Amino acid sequence: MLGFTEGAATALQLIVSWDPVLLAIVARSLWVSACACAIACALGLGLGAWLAVARFAGQPLLLLLLNTCLAVPSVVVGLVVYLLLSRSGPLGFLGWLFSFKAMVLAQAVLVLPVVAALTRQVVEDAQALHGEQLQSLGAGTHLRALLLAWDERYALLTVGLAAFGRAISEVGAVMVVGGNIDGFTRVMTTAIALETSKGDLPLALALGLLLLLVVLLLNAAIALLRHWRLQEEWAAPRTAPGARA
Amino acid sequence: MTASVQPVVALENVSVQLGRGPKAVQALRGVQLSIAAGERVALIGANGSGKSTLLRLVHGLLAPTGGQLRGNPDLAQAMVFQRPYLMRTSVRNNVALALWLRGIPWRQAQQQALLALARVGLEALAQRPARKLSGGQQQRVALARAWALAPQVLVLDEPTASLDPHAKREVEALIHDLAHADAAMTLVFASHNLGQVKRLATRVLYLEQGQVLADLPVNDFFAGPLLQAQYPQAHWFVKGE
Repeated sequence: MLGFTEGAATALQLIVSWDPVLLAIVARSLWVSACACAIACALGLGLGAWLAVARFAGQPLLLLLLNTCLAVPSVVVGLVVYLLLSRSGPLGFLGWLFSFKAMVLAQAVLVLPVVAALTRQVVEDAQALHGEQLQSLGAGTHLRALLLAWDERYALLTVGLAAFGRAISEVGAVMVVGGNIDGFTRVMTTAIALETSKGDLPLALALGLLLLLVVLLLNAAIALLRHWRLQEEWAAPRTAPGARA
Repeated sequence: MTASVQPVVALENVSVQLGRGPKAVQALRGVQLSIAAGERVALIGANGSGKSTLLRLVHGLLAPTGGQLRGNPDLAQAMVFQRPYLMRTSVRNNVALALWLRGIPWRQAQQQALLALARVGLEALAQRPARKLSGGQQQRVALARAWALAPQVLVLDEPTASLDPHAKREVEALIHDLAHADAAMTLVFASHNLGQVKRLATRVLYLEQGQVLADLPVNDFFAGPLLQAQYPQAHWFVKGE
């Protein structure tokens, strides 16, 4: 087994030489997580915004369930999706098990509560501050949820990025429903687990470094967004010629 | 005072309780009030006296928990808050949004928004991001937004409280102009600024602990002896202010 320094050097060589196997795994990982996040955001943003504004019986229970889903281990999500997609499961007729689609579905289920819960928090804060004024203008519950979510779009972009970070770094769900099939359903995290168990540390390390790089880029994007937002919010007011102060 | 003309809003022994259980607050109790069209009613009182609750009740944002509130649901109403909420979009879109929410098509709403902004002297800033305006300008956008809705009842919750003296004068002058341009428009506002109350109101209500303790025409309210004799609490409040 190679030492850490040698492994790291080989890993770097794999990265700088654009190793096709490595690139295919990275591209697949990014694509799976991007699709899963798009689905989770499409459903979760609306659900979270609505939960922030609407008031109905049973809402506390629903919120409790939603928050509990945040802590569900990814392998349990994988197991549930596996049971749904297995031949005898209710969605078995789709024939998605051990496919790209199964991995997207599993990750979407995994990050949906993250998107919904974080969106609810963001929109609920906005609702507490501004909901009454929108209501005074004539916006009902649904429109209020939509308008507040739109107004908090930069904060919600951060929610999307956080969800992507959660999706791309999980291993349990995609391993169970994807099967880690070489060239087909192998993604960064499952490949790292496999190559480590096989003793092929350079490839595992190279994937690990790339995964770190992706997470680093995500965090940089979040920080930039936050900085940009703060600048937008606190920029000194300017007065146009002819306008009174 | 009870107006003899048909009221735009009438409260009969109205009470409002905010929250439930041991943390519940009785924000208004036994309020008897009738406001006629064209009146300019000022609400004064210490913080927590129930002014904002009464304004929200008149505007329909709150429902009474006791008593009866009678108003004409067909009357166009608008409310301006102490710190106006302007969305992260242009000044013009903010005004247009209010019109669109009342069912006016977006294109038409945008045209009307320009007229409303011209009314408050902000047409030059129509394309600017609303959140980049100064506090006074933002409050004028809020007034333009309210005016665009052609309200028959305009409710203002301390509209100049968070502004610097110059912006205060600007916004107050604008409110004065809007109220005087349409004699039929009813103005109901809360303020801690007694000078402003004298300049804008025709009638003053003094609230304390959720109750209306004094209800007088503005001249009577500020004519010391009457207030001192009949409404000592209100007199001491005015003296203190």
